[in-house]
Amino acid sequence: MFDFLDSGQYDVLGAFWVTVQLTLYSAVGSLIWGTVLVGMRVSPVPLLRGFGTAYVNLVRNTPLTLVVIGCSLGLSQTLGINLGGETFKETGFRLAVLGLIAYTGTFVCEALRSGINTVPVGQAEAARALGLSFFQVLTLIVLPQAFRAVVAPLTNVLIALTKNTTVAATIGVAEAALLMKEMLENEAQAVFAVFAVFALGFVLLTLPTGLLLGWVAKRVAVKR
Amino acid sequence: MSSVLYDTPGPRAKVRNWIYSGIFVVLFGLVLWWALSLMADKGQLDADKWTPFVTDSQVWTTYLIPGLIETLKAGALSMVIALPLGAALGIGRLSDHAGVRAAVGAWVEFFRAIPVLMLMLFSSALFSPQLMDVPSDTRPFWAVVTGLVLYNSAVIAEIVRAGVLSLPKGQAEAAKAIGMRKGQTMTHVLLPQAVTAMLPALVSQLVVILKDTALGGALLGFAELLSMNRQIAANYSNTIATMFVIALIYIAVNFTLTTVASWLEKRLRGSKKSTGAVLGAEEVDDPVPGANTAAGA
Repeated sequence: MFDFLDSGQYDVLGAFWVTVQLTLYSAVGSLIWGTVLVGMRVSPVPLLRGFGTAYVNLVRNTPLTLVVIGCSLGLSQTLGINLGGETFKETGFRLAVLGLIAYTGTFVCEALRSGINTVPVGQAEAARALGLSFFQVLTLIVLPQAFRAVVAPLTNVLIALTKNTTVAATIGVAEAALLMKEMLENEAQAVFAVFAVFALGFVLLTLPTGLLLGWVAKRVAVKR
Repeated sequence: MSSVLYDTPGPRAKVRNWIYSGIFVVLFGLVLWWALSLMADKGQLDADKWTPFVTDSQVWTTYLIPGLIETLKAGALSMVIALPLGAALGIGRLSDHAGVRAAVGAWVEFFRAIPVLMLMLFSSALFSPQLMDVPSDTRPFWAVVTGLVLYNSAVIAEIVRAGVLSLPKGQAEAAKAIGMRKGQTMTHVLLPQAVTAMLPALVSQLVVILKDTALGGALLGFAELLSMNRQIAANYSNTIATMFVIALIYIAVNFTLTTVASWLEKRLRGSKKSTGAVLGAEEVDDPVPGANTAAGA
């Protein structure tokens, strides 16, 4: 039943490795971009706040598929921005990571913002009384506590991101979903077996992540 | 305005804020100017790339509106099927019988862990001529709906479960005290309140579903809104303008839904009649993406 795996025709592990790489690069990128966005959204400068709010609301309401295809068709094919990628494969991967960061950053930002709200007002007031600037209050007092409070919501964002990397298939990045599509077309007699293999792959990717970070979330949570 | 993080700005802080604003405007302007000049270089700013959306009503009647209707149709149908299914699964997960709880729990966790796109691809393969022979013109539509239903019924099950659990314990206890049976407690006391409590979460789940229909256009040939970009761009060779307009339509529809959700949430939280249990758009695990959540795709 699973003999299609032994034929050597399909590199399932390789495809999942691309999925893992997409997830890792996008996770790091969207963590940075999300933190910058939340910094803007809570800053004292109205213009920055406005930009942060507008960006989050616009991008969150756009399908990720549109963002990723927009990167490919718009940026790369029409405007010729290839992000330094030499080959079609390289360019596609980088564009997918860019799209995923632009999209996931908004969810990271919203998670962090709810974390900032868990920090008691008195702490920021005390920090201000000591003469710390907004930037110091944010980076030394508030964000470290906010991060510890939002490990669980961020885990959900990370798991959603892992699943969302499949959208990269729409611009031809050779990750798990694209291989699954190809295998479903070629192995029509083994539809359920093919599905089982890829479903198992994703369960194996998301389940340990959830369990591990759930444990971390409990460990680092600030007891108040 | 004062907030947790900063005081009401004094004269010096005001000056500083103006300077930061100035720097931001300059940087933003530079990026915008660079983007626009790049687009102008490639001829994407030419008037004839953008005017079709205003002057040529065919762009709307042939492509955009039918595409939007397909998107809304698939989204609404998926929601209508996934809602009762999700409610049943959610209740099953709260069952007193350990076996039922475990089975439903496994089903829900499994379909929540699989990307929607894979569920759609699988459904599409299942509906192929060899297996179930769904007519090829409606196959993409049904594949998309099946994928969305499988995934979102699992997510809705979690919403329903969280909704029931968010109710004050006294509700179920009072029902038991006046002699209601388990089923009666659920259908007469808990569910009606839970449904109200989770309305905001359900409305924002609709946004996730609408966004996910775009996957069917990209990989299954479903004629939804996003997939229209290829046909419009083929006729007018205006990729960027088309993407821009399509994005605006999605944002308008989804932003309306998001606004309705938060309006509902505020209204329900404020009303004195309810138990005060309200499930906000963000309070359920696994924001999708698109996203699939909230963080859906």
